[in-house]
Amino acid sequence: MTQKIEKFPGVYLRESDFREGRVIFNEWKPNAQYAWDAGVAIGRYLAELKEGRLIGVHCRGCRRTVIPPRNFCEWCFRPMDDWVTLPDTGTVNTFSLCYVTWDMQYLDVPEISAVIDIDGTMPPVGIMHMLGDVDPDAVRIGMRVQAVWKPAEEREGSILDIKYFRPMTNDK
Amino acid sequence: MSENVAIVGIGYTSFRPLTPELSYKELMYEAAVKAYEDAGLDPRRDVDSFVTVAEDLIEGTSIFDEYVPDQLGGLLKPNVTIPGEAIHGLATAYMQIASGIVDVVALEAHSKASNVLTLPYITAYAMDPVLNRPLGANPAFIAGMEMTRYLHVSGATREQCALVVAKNKRNALYNPAAAYGAAIEAEDVLNAEMIAYPLTQQDISPHADGAIVLVLAAADVAESLTDVPIWIRGIGWCNDSPTLETRAWGRAIYAEEAGKRAYRMAGIRNPTEEVDFAEIDDAYSYKELQHLEALGFCRFGEAGLITAEGVTDVNGILPVNVSGGSLGVGHLLDASGLRAVAEVAMQLRGEAGARQLPDIETGLAFGWRGVPSTSGAAVVLSN
Amino acid sequence: MGMRKVAVVGAGMTKFVRRAQETGKELSYEATKMALDYCDLTLNDVDCVVHGTAPDTFDGVHMKGEYLSDGSGGWRKPYTRCYVGGGTGVFTPIHGWYHVASGMFDICLVVCEEKMSSCQPHPQGAFLTIFDHTTERPLGPNLLWIFAMEMNRYMHTYGLKKEDIALVSVKNKRNAANHPCSLLGDADITLEDVLNSEVLAWPVQRLDVSPVTDGAVALVLAAEHVARRISDKPVWIEGVGWNLDTAYWTNRDLCYPRYVENAARMAYDMAGITEPRKQIHIAEPYDPFDYKELHHLEGLQLFDRGKAPEATALGITQRDGDLPVCPSGGLLGVGNPIAAAGLMKVAELFWQLREEAGARQVPGQPKRGVAQAWGDLMQVGTVIVMGV
Repeated sequence: MTQKIEKFPGVYLRESDFREGRVIFNEWKPNAQYAWDAGVAIGRYLAELKEGRLIGVHCRGCRRTVIPPRNFCEWCFRPMDDWVTLPDTGTVNTFSLCYVTWDMQYLDVPEISAVIDIDGTMPPVGIMHMLGDVDPDAVRIGMRVQAVWKPAEEREGSILDIKYFRPMTNDK
Repeated sequence: MSENVAIVGIGYTSFRPLTPELSYKELMYEAAVKAYEDAGLDPRRDVDSFVTVAEDLIEGTSIFDEYVPDQLGGLLKPNVTIPGEAIHGLATAYMQIASGIVDVVALEAHSKASNVLTLPYITAYAMDPVLNRPLGANPAFIAGMEMTRYLHVSGATREQCALVVAKNKRNALYNPAAAYGAAIEAEDVLNAEMIAYPLTQQDISPHADGAIVLVLAAADVAESLTDVPIWIRGIGWCNDSPTLETRAWGRAIYAEEAGKRAYRMAGIRNPTEEVDFAEIDDAYSYKELQHLEALGFCRFGEAGLITAEGVTDVNGILPVNVSGGSLGVGHLLDASGLRAVAEVAMQLRGEAGARQLPDIETGLAFGWRGVPSTSGAAVVLSN
Repeated sequence: MGMRKVAVVGAGMTKFVRRAQETGKELSYEATKMALDYCDLTLNDVDCVVHGTAPDTFDGVHMKGEYLSDGSGGWRKPYTRCYVGGGTGVFTPIHGWYHVASGMFDICLVVCEEKMSSCQPHPQGAFLTIFDHTTERPLGPNLLWIFAMEMNRYMHTYGLKKEDIALVSVKNKRNAANHPCSLLGDADITLEDVLNSEVLAWPVQRLDVSPVTDGAVALVLAAEHVARRISDKPVWIEGVGWNLDTAYWTNRDLCYPRYVENAARMAYDMAGITEPRKQIHIAEPYDPFDYKELHHLEGLQLFDRGKAPEATALGITQRDGDLPVCPSGGLLGVGNPIAAAGLMKVAELFWQLREEAGARQVPGQPKRGVAQAWGDLMQVGTVIVMGV
């Protein structure tokens, strides 16, 4: 480093320093709760999910159909023109086999997250969801997949109304 | 240097206690569309940079800047989020233009306070984790303590603070965008439920949802877009100590310093003579008095007296919070300052409808970040 | 109004450690004091302060900017905080730059701090909240997912193998062995070590990632007339650029960071750089994962798309190669206290261009360097070009 600086500050603490009581600390659990208004676009998305359907929106100016819905086209800034019901099938754009949870617990069987380009979007765009009913080693970019829904009485109007996507049994 | 950036576009949604039918993205889009229409611009083509003002824990999403560009027309353009008062965002937009790297900047701030179910707990989360949070008190006590100290050192009375509430809520009746207009008297304020002595429920501005977008432009662009550019003549901001234990309690030093810097830049030596009207933070009733003194509109200890005399009434010689302020419009969290700037700008343009002030040339907007901060920013605008 | 010239005249940083005893305020103070001492200035000389720090959920304080203001020298001064996720570390000096370039201030303190270790049980958990609250968070996503998905897409698009990418980790961790503040410097690490490390989220393995870290970095910026007076060799900020892509990250092809290209073009334009491959002598792209260095090098226009791995294999990006990349050791080697990590890269350019980088010094008297940071949902690019 530069000759001017001899010593860099920063004291390294170890887990044992805490366990063995050499460090005083205090804890706080935040109480941060929110109820986000879904609004027009996502409100409709959730309502359609409850009915077992995927819905997107179309901008006539840009000639694009996208999902998830939004009430503005971010390319041309005009309001979106039309709602478009989409099939619940698509193509795996990319994926990951994850062996740790969001809070770093280890898993024997990986969670498979993926971006799935939904059929009917133009140019193809995707949503994030999970893959299931599939051998992790068999997952490929370009694989054709189909949504597996919760039964109607269990659907709540949530992205989780789709349990996961699984490989399509016959290719289109 | 001081007359080279102007406000050329203003757009906002109405301010309401609840906005259940619109998501924050949809509120932002509405305000943005109105602002760009007002400015006569296509954001995809004409706006160079976007500045939003937001705090993660208010939005309920970390790295909130991820979610802003699309609904403002800022896709694949320079965007930044300023976690601060909205007027800090205005300073950022100003400096971006003054540096010469961009010519047109869109500035956005919004509140969806209605979506935050545990707001006092989140405010408490802003307190020092080791020294203050463990006390487990409702952070409104910080404002209560400051009010007690302020009344003690200034000689202002609770009645004078209550007059501020009555004035601002009455003013709000003439503001179609305001949520909390009311025809009440000082007595009603004093008799309301005590929240954190000496603040009653009416001394505390209630929250509202809404979004505001302003468009700023460099001088040559501004002049080609509008006949009434509103010039930023001076802008200043300052922080005092964030620690409760080491801050000044009676005087709003952050406001004094912010005001001084804004006035110096604007070439203003005597605010009482050279500023015609002001929109000054009134998150709590006593704050309007404390900020009036700090911003040089009267001597220390006189704000309560001039309020009682009607100096700051809508037909007084220094109208303050003609819009209704936070007390009358609704407190928009960090977006409050942008509402104040928009009001000053609209007044200077002659677009304030039923609450239009006559013969005005220069106005001041001042924002404060609220408890537990000592962070404020002031801007002087002229037509 | 003019665009005044602005230079970096001082820099300081703390060690990057897994868990610091110092509070966020103290970390900020240590870095800031060091930067001021470096150029023999005191807080009285400073006109304004800017602070960059990433999610409040790490340090565990809402309105974190206010909390850290006194530790950063912001008492009774104009103070603002800026925030673009992981891009913050390079955006903050840009924010400081226009404070001075606009003519409003002459001397600006730039401070970046991160104390990730406060977040329990693991800071990784805080990243859950960066995902869309309605359309993505219910799935319980992990930050590793999107990195892994982007890495997968990059590898798939250009036919790359893990070996091609892991070389970056080896290079940077070895480079970091010469950095006195580094957490993960390892002069002896091999390609096999990286390829054998445990799989976290395929294709990402443990040694492909930089870990959670605490640390702070600070710079002093000065307007030209001040810089020439107080510094023997001011390092000029020649170009700045920043750009943000769509929040709908699942709607884009992740194989190429077009937002980095846009930010780079903005910065190169301002700096008058027409041939970056010839005119840039050192690059410090953001490398929280090994593939990101490659991804960003391509976005910075320093290598053709899909070709950065080949250049790495040929040794071009070694310290003594034609275009040294991350001579500091980067995030992979020094550590990743999010906002401070980006500023560490800018500080590295400062020391390199003044030929004060000691054992990490890039030979041949480099004159111009580029630092870049990135973040959000694979969305933001912030770029700064510095030169002497």
